[in-house]
Amino acid sequence: MTQPTTKTIEIDSHTINFGPQHPAAHGVLRLILEMEGEVVARADPHIGLLHRGTEKLIEYKSYMQAVPYFDRLDYVSPMACEHAFALATEKLLGITAPDRAQWIRVMFAELTRVLNHLLSVSSFALDCGALTPGLWGYEEREKLLEFHEAASGARFHSNYFRPGGVAKDLPAGLTDDIAAWTEQFPKFVDDVETLLTGNRIWKQRVVDIGVLSPADALAWGFSGPNLRASGIAWDLRRAQPYDKYAEVEFSIPTGKHGDCYDRYLVRLAEMRESVKIIKQCLDKMKPGPIKLQDHKITPPTRAAMKHSMEALIHHFKLYTEGYHVPAGATYTTVEAPKGEFGVYLIADGTNRPYRCKIRATGISHLQAIDLLSQGHMLADTVAIIGSLDIVFGEIDR
Amino acid sequence: MVLCSYRKKSAAPGPFCVAEPVSMPTPEVAVVVDPQRDAASALPGITAAMRALGELVVTTTPDAALNLLAHLRDEHGYEQVMDICAVDWPERPVRFDLVYNLLCLTRNERLRVICPIADGAIANSVSALWPCATWWEREVWDLFGIGFHGLADHRRLLTDYGFEGHPLRKDFPLTGYVEVHYDDDRKAVVYDKVKLVQEFRNFDFLSPWEGMTTLPGDEKARVRK
Repeated sequence: MTQPTTKTIEIDSHTINFGPQHPAAHGVLRLILEMEGEVVARADPHIGLLHRGTEKLIEYKSYMQAVPYFDRLDYVSPMACEHAFALATEKLLGITAPDRAQWIRVMFAELTRVLNHLLSVSSFALDCGALTPGLWGYEEREKLLEFHEAASGARFHSNYFRPGGVAKDLPAGLTDDIAAWTEQFPKFVDDVETLLTGNRIWKQRVVDIGVLSPADALAWGFSGPNLRASGIAWDLRRAQPYDKYAEVEFSIPTGKHGDCYDRYLVRLAEMRESVKIIKQCLDKMKPGPIKLQDHKITPPTRAAMKHSMEALIHHFKLYTEGYHVPAGATYTTVEAPKGEFGVYLIADGTNRPYRCKIRATGISHLQAIDLLSQGHMLADTVAIIGSLDIVFGEIDR
Repeated sequence: MVLCSYRKKSAAPGPFCVAEPVSMPTPEVAVVVDPQRDAASALPGITAAMRALGELVVTTTPDAALNLLAHLRDEHGYEQVMDICAVDWPERPVRFDLVYNLLCLTRNERLRVICPIADGAIANSVSALWPCATWWEREVWDLFGIGFHGLADHRRLLTDYGFEGHPLRKDFPLTGYVEVHYDDDRKAVVYDKVKLVQEFRNFDFLSPWEGMTTLPGDEKARVRK
């Protein structure tokens, strides 16, 4: 009998597959993590599992038919995506929406921002083991979705911001409901802060996790709250104002450390600022037309179609052929809740976009996950994904 | 593919009632560039500069693009590349446009750099200048098939593992070539050639009155020319 030989094989690295069906992956993220023990050595995100070919589809649709695709990009903040497309088309057409439409858009863009940050903060907390903010956040979101429903008829896929204005005017009483909500909402943010901001467990999970320096944030193409958390006070609503943002007052909260905790704090502060903007919109909004009165571009009212032959023709032409947009190209951006959402729209003079490139906000944030999670524990990767506020509808397009 | 068009229904059949191919209009309406204001428009490597719809657009060549972009980043303060994408112009001899949308935060300026590039040519990667360019360039490779020299990670980004073709090219059909379904016999998800239950309808909305250049009966006059 020979002596059994023992052989020691040291495996210092192994690879784990995180997602795509993982609740903390915020959708369909497949993350290949190379681990050294419990520490992440390299993170390789695989995206595209939700790719629907939106850009290709838009090339085959008229400008009006393209708007609903934007709801389905960032489905947590649908109206912000529509806003970018509406502004880009208006720029190519050389038109501007009437005042009331612009105020309505700004107000709903801010409601959408709150809607987005509520989900972002509460699901971030949920990823780190705090259940209550998630439940509260969803309850608060329902109120906002009711406003969406009242204005557009749909909770999520609103199709409300159109080139030339908005789809229809606000129903009677909605502004009062929104005004009442702005009074009670800051109390809700306070409550969330009592649960989280000073919470020892929460801070142990997020403080000094995923630190991003301002220089790195710029190089990695960050924008929005994630860029501001790294200490750069850059906000497109202030720097390149669109619609009525130049006429409202608000502050731009920034972070100091660029860690997950700062990203959380910036989002909370932004919700408070959004409420201020919504109040100003309610004050400054005057009755008036809510879309351009040029019925070559916006549909006539149903009542007008009953007695005006011309209105009927306009309606038929708009919903079959659509309108022709003069040849040109524009890169138009909005400050979406997640950051810079851009549309690079090329028109060739026909009724369909020649090319519509969608600059998703999350794609550059997710790309930096390799940089952010290196040297952190596996569980910290989950916190980093939560803090970056990632939605796959827009990343995968 | 069936073309359902107003034209074919409204006019008599025959080749003369089909619009002649119109050359694609250039996408920009040029406006004079102010050299004081737009310092970046006078750099070496720039072949044309214009302001279109208030946006500063410069054109460059594939060879000069990398140096130009590095210069713009280091000397002109364009810290961020917000977006890189391609545009397909199949009628043009130089088929693609690579489009870089740069942003300067300190001066609050945007600049669009357009680099025409031929089909099959390889562009220089800017991922060394901006790390976030990696995914944009992977996306351009995936959707348009433009390769990048110096790109460390040259995998596809958005399409399926093992996907063939470059779907955002204009000659790639909207429906694609393959579809997946679950095969109950094989107990697996299988790829199959795409089957349309209804023929693909691509409506042509060009007006017969604007699109038709030769009226029925006038063909002979055209032949004589």
